[in-house]
Amino acid sequence: MTKRILLALLTTLLLAGAAITYTVHAMGERPDRQQADASVLVDRSGAVRLDEPGRLVFRNTAPGPDHGKVASVSLADPTGPRRISGLSCDRFYVSAGAGLCLASAPGPLPSAVAVFVDKDLREVRRVELAGVPNRAKLSPDGTMASWTTFVTGDTYTQPGTFSTRTGIMDRAQDQLYSNIEGIPLFLGSERHHAEDINYWGVTFAQDNKHFYATVATGGRTHLVSGDYDTWDARALRENAECPSLSPDGKRLAFKKRVSTDGARPWREHVLDLATMTETPLAETRSVDDQAVWLDARTVAYSLPNERGGSDVWGAPADGSGAPRLLVPWGASPAST
Amino acid sequence: MYIASARSGLSDMDGRKQGRVAGNVLALGAVSLVTDISSEMVTAVLPLYLVLGLGFSPLQFGVLDGLYSGVTAIVRVFGGTLADRWQRRKLVAGVGYGVSAAAKLGLIAAAGSATALGLVLAADRTGKGLRTAPRDALISLSSNPDTLGRAFGVHRAMDTVGAFLGPLAAFLLLWTVAGGYDTVFFVSFCFAVLGVVLLGLFVTDQRRPMPASSSAVSLRAAFGLLRDKDFRRICCWAVVLGLVTVGDAFVYLLLQKRLDIAPEYFAILPLGTAGVYLLLAVPMGRLADRFGRWRVFVAGHVSLLVAYVLLVGAADGVLLLVTSLAAHGIFYACTDGVLMAAAGPLLPAELKTSGMALLQTGQALAKLFSSVLFGAAWTLWGMGTAVTLALVALAAATLAVALFGRIAR
Repeated sequence: MTKRILLALLTTLLLAGAAITYTVHAMGERPDRQQADASVLVDRSGAVRLDEPGRLVFRNTAPGPDHGKVASVSLADPTGPRRISGLSCDRFYVSAGAGLCLASAPGPLPSAVAVFVDKDLREVRRVELAGVPNRAKLSPDGTMASWTTFVTGDTYTQPGTFSTRTGIMDRAQDQLYSNIEGIPLFLGSERHHAEDINYWGVTFAQDNKHFYATVATGGRTHLVSGDYDTWDARALRENAECPSLSPDGKRLAFKKRVSTDGARPWREHVLDLATMTETPLAETRSVDDQAVWLDARTVAYSLPNERGGSDVWGAPADGSGAPRLLVPWGASPAST
Repeated sequence: MYIASARSGLSDMDGRKQGRVAGNVLALGAVSLVTDISSEMVTAVLPLYLVLGLGFSPLQFGVLDGLYSGVTAIVRVFGGTLADRWQRRKLVAGVGYGVSAAAKLGLIAAAGSATALGLVLAADRTGKGLRTAPRDALISLSSNPDTLGRAFGVHRAMDTVGAFLGPLAAFLLLWTVAGGYDTVFFVSFCFAVLGVVLLGLFVTDQRRPMPASSSAVSLRAAFGLLRDKDFRRICCWAVVLGLVTVGDAFVYLLLQKRLDIAPEYFAILPLGTAGVYLLLAVPMGRLADRFGRWRVFVAGHVSLLVAYVLLVGAADGVLLLVTSLAAHGIFYACTDGVLMAAAGPLLPAELKTSGMALLQTGQALAKLFSSVLFGAAWTLWGMGTAVTLALVALAAATLAVALFGRIAR
């Protein structure tokens, strides 16, 4: 017996040692603990300001102490030196001189905060959220904010339950909908009820009333058009996720699932809302992002790079030309 | 402390006389505790890993997830029969624990391949399916039949501690190592290996004389157990009650809707159920030993009915929160281990594993079917009607089992 107890203690120690070694090693690999990459040019003289026109604001993913901070470059010269702020976000969006920062928050269960910031990135309001940050967007004038988090570990007896949680905040009325799952949903002319409804990737129109989003139910995803005032949502078509409305409000950039098997099955498309015709972008790599419109002709998105980070790319919205690298070591782009 | 009191089969007999829980049960409880930490760690982060880490579509995740349940059900009966035929319950359980442990490393190795991931997850579930019935048969064979309810209570309480700690450990790791899914899988692997080691060192196999012919222990013989009137009744009623038990997610969903609980606290609700279950598993097991296991099993469903009634409007506010979670936890404490304790003595020793596997599979398939039915009812008629239907069905089934579901022994 004593022998067995000793043996058990010894294996426990060995296994604990292995687990701790692995974890400590993994912590050392964290991007924010790496030496700053000298090839990434930083402009230390200027501050990130959200009211300065002609800037591309993004999340800095370059290894080094500034990993995860909100940064900006000139839209005219995006590969040029970047200004870096002190604000850390997992997802960032900017509209009309104000910003929305979605960041993970510490805690025993995954939780997050949505932080509204002013032009100098000072916090003006925060909302506590559950889950892992995924998408964040503001309407063109910044009145309507929306975000999506992934929630897991909800139940202990139902393995693998998994859902998204999408919130909308009306900043004019100071009204918060922490989970829009209850919005009446129409598939065709039928009102649809289900326990497996999940929304993600909201994009608001100029009027702060109409919005588009993705809904998943019954093993399919639908693009829906929603109305904030009448509070309902109608399916427009299938298989169009993470929509992003163009500045003129007539087109949607979205990711379409083009493969049924394997990881990264996406292809970015643009949908003409008047004719409902879709155009694939010249980008053939799998874009898993809610893209943004830098102007009426250019869609920007992030793609993972070969060094474990991500880069911001842009492609013409009409499907012509070729994708262009905009910001190396960046993610979550938005333009001022 | 308790693990140290694990002893060989002979001194287990002493344990029985003194009315203590058998060392083998405590050892199996410890194995389940660390194994549950391991498996719950993976369960908690797997969806995040697949969708955020690997870029799978949530729809693909649903397909992978559906694969799980089917695999477990089939393997369980098969593994139970093998364990009985060879009289090697510890070995079959050990293979199950081992396969699941190896699958944790497989998760790291599979990387982004959907096919490899599907295989690894299937292997993990196969391991789980293999080990459950031999483990419960070992608990049953190692314990005094008079205190079987308590023995299962002790085991399930230890098991639940693991289920409690697993997700916390996983999210703590994920917080320390941002995006470190492989770290979670590796640490989970270490816990799984510890479980296998503890099983090897401290669990004593309960081998009975080999069956005279191989036909005495076969899939056919396993199904032949249903010829026993009492066992058949237990199986039938367990399936009927399983059919009217909708998933836990629904309980939490209703609670959240009724109380408008802030989303960041939603994930804490299941901890309430688990906490009550954890505290009451042993007392309810004792109660079952004294007043009848079947009665307590039926009483558990009455408690679930109470929870449903509270949820549809019988209470509100903090009262609703506390009472419904308590009733839900009591349901688990009265049913999960107690059912195995009720069935154990009805099964001949040489077919113990097969019988338990059969019962567990029947119950699991019934619950799976009921959650599909409930989902369909929700889609067809809306939430209100679906909930009312579930409530009426549970009330009718509970009433029927209370009136007609007498088990002689």
